[in-house]
Amino acid sequence: MADKILMKGNEALAEAAIMAGCRHYFGYPITPQTEVAAYMAKRMPKIGGVFLQAESEIAAINMVIGAAAAGKRAMTSSSSPGISLKSEGISYMAGCDLPALIVNVQRGGPGLGGIQPSQSDYFQATCGGGHGDFHLLVLAPSSVQEMADLVAKGFDLAEKYRMPCMLLADGTMGQMMEPVSLTETKPEAHDKSWALTGTKGERRPNIINSLALQPQELEKWNEDRFARYAVVQENEQMAECYMMDDAEYCVVAFGIAARVSQNAVDAARAKGIKVGMIRPITLWPFPEKVLKAAADKCKAFLSVELNMGQMIKDVKLAIDCKKPVGLCCRTGGMIPSPEEVLAAIEKMQKEGN
Amino acid sequence: MNTTEVLIAGFGGQGILFAGKFLAYAALLQNRNVSWLPSYGPEMRGGTANCSIILSDAQVGSPIVSRPDILIAMNLPSLDKYEQEAKPGASIFVDSSLISRKVERTDVNVYYVPATQLSTDNGLETLANMILLGHVIEKTGVIPEEMIRPALEKVVSARHAWLLEKNIEALSLGKNYKE
Amino acid sequence: MIVFDKPKALTDAPLHYCPGCTHGIIHRLVAEAIDSLGIAGDTIGVASVGCSVFTYNYFNVDMVQAAHGRAPAVATGVKRADPSKIVFTYQGDGDLASIGMAETVHSAARGENITVIFVNNAIYGMTGGQMAPTSLPGQVTQTSPYGRDTNTVGFPVKVCELLSTLDGAGYIERVAVNNVKNVKAAKKAIEKAFRNQVEGKGFSLIEVVSTCPTNWGKTPQGALEWLEENMLPYYPLGVYKDKFAKEEAK
Repeated sequence: MADKILMKGNEALAEAAIMAGCRHYFGYPITPQTEVAAYMAKRMPKIGGVFLQAESEIAAINMVIGAAAAGKRAMTSSSSPGISLKSEGISYMAGCDLPALIVNVQRGGPGLGGIQPSQSDYFQATCGGGHGDFHLLVLAPSSVQEMADLVAKGFDLAEKYRMPCMLLADGTMGQMMEPVSLTETKPEAHDKSWALTGTKGERRPNIINSLALQPQELEKWNEDRFARYAVVQENEQMAECYMMDDAEYCVVAFGIAARVSQNAVDAARAKGIKVGMIRPITLWPFPEKVLKAAADKCKAFLSVELNMGQMIKDVKLAIDCKKPVGLCCRTGGMIPSPEEVLAAIEKMQKEGN
Repeated sequence: MNTTEVLIAGFGGQGILFAGKFLAYAALLQNRNVSWLPSYGPEMRGGTANCSIILSDAQVGSPIVSRPDILIAMNLPSLDKYEQEAKPGASIFVDSSLISRKVERTDVNVYYVPATQLSTDNGLETLANMILLGHVIEKTGVIPEEMIRPALEKVVSARHAWLLEKNIEALSLGKNYKE
Repeated sequence: MIVFDKPKALTDAPLHYCPGCTHGIIHRLVAEAIDSLGIAGDTIGVASVGCSVFTYNYFNVDMVQAAHGRAPAVATGVKRADPSKIVFTYQGDGDLASIGMAETVHSAARGENITVIFVNNAIYGMTGGQMAPTSLPGQVTQTSPYGRDTNTVGFPVKVCELLSTLDGAGYIERVAVNNVKNVKAAKKAIEKAFRNQVEGKGFSLIEVVSTCPTNWGKTPQGALEWLEENMLPYYPLGVYKDKFAKEEAK
């Protein structure tokens, strides 16, 4: 274990990417994730890597497509409005089955919105974000350590399933410093015989393409891709349970909302309320199994989010609407206080009894 | 389990974030849990800035300090904004060179330090933040004194090594200040 | 004995282009350049969106199909990932000079060591003949049914002239494929654009003035004549920039 150092989430994820073998970063400045680009600009030239500030978010994601097509670990990072611009490329990447890491350090929207933390890109991320039938792997860190740890995990999953992976963070995760220990990780070995490396005259050309004008062919591609997604949904759900063993009530929250909710759960426990928290770490695949299990034990659920209520739909679907699901949310860059969440927990308890 | 929530607030350029980072490192070097969260905004200089630091023996939940145990106010808008948020029994430190009014709360401990004046009088311009922190450490023991030098060595970059002694000087000026 | 062979860098897939379209000639010239430099095994092509969308079926090299206008950015990513590869894009006028103008200009400004083959036929072919950024003043298309009115939709973009003002652009030449003489010059230019990349020199773009008999409403022969009479006066052929020649002269 390396010594712990204090790092911003944005810097920690950048260094973690380098330690995971990523040598190709393409990006464009946008608050609150610019530290990622600044960090890469400093480090990449010193280790023989590529940092390139693209002319646009769109160019950046397409450069990632190029590098990923060549078989390299490549990434880009941005914040909400920039991710909208990248969504064309993300769709192409999904259609071409290219693995890469896309970081979204979310800020409030819609439109130019604000620059304060938000989780309002939940729908965009978990439903794919671009045109067409597809999903991204979506990972939601809730500490600086996880900002780093989920980078290597994200690259490995992306390459294993040939899917783009999104690290869905928010302004607080990007800007806050916490102690973090970083260790070199060895990329898992996954087949990359599909990569564009030149035929050397020894094999048929590799073609990376998302165009299929015959509907039968395109349907087949999509069905095959969704068969792969089903495996991901079966095997890769991740969530952390906090005080769930004897919980009668369940808070569901990810990222910064989970950090705030943890205080509220502690405060509610101090008042004798048997409440726990499920913190999804994978937002896609959504951790349905653990929620389904909780639905058998808990009387009610509370979704805590920095948006007008987006994940709550997945919570309801996961538990087949068996139990009431309440919502505690702030939006526009506001973060609910632990007191607000506590009040919502107390309300849930009152209505549940 | 001991947790201290610190809020440092003032203008951008007053070294708010640096002071916070120093405290955070001091706690980290004691193997405590810590979080440091800045406000961030489009103004690089002169805008408002604040920094939440939580030092704890337990895992840190929310990194946002809304009810500080220690409030360090380096300008009037910050005192106006956060005075009422401080926990009962909290310690409020005021840069009295820049803030002429008194704290109204009666359920808190208040310390007035003319930090900006002291910094210019002693050739320590730009180190009013550390003068205040010296006083904070003296009055609250938020970090042990033996952590001061190792923590500074972590946050003062090698390029500015000459600033290390200046920071020590500022901290000790604040420590020894008598109201 | 002279044997007329298909270049090795072309596959056996039959081209889907309309009769009289000059894409076929341009494909052949690109393939001949790849063959003559012996680089097929290390070449990676980037297909674009437009009539040339299926180039990945025709070139016998590794290929990636890019979103509309984004080929130079994708090519940048491929080249930066492995600078030992020879990377080219094959784009039409709508792709390169309209929706992808930013990617075009900035890859040139960066002096990206790639080769861009730009086919200018003054119309959107694949979608059925709409006005292109390079459609001529007065040219009738599906979306300029009364002729391109420069008062309301402005003037055509002269890509070679525009790019030649950029310090990063290396070799910029406009050629045509409407007669034997021009085809020979085009072959030379395209080969040079690839050779520049092999020699690590930087950004090369060849604009090929081309025909679209179907959407121009001409016979193949009539289209070649229309090109000669209308396009070439507006888009004069020649070398617009050769930074590398200047560098060699020093």
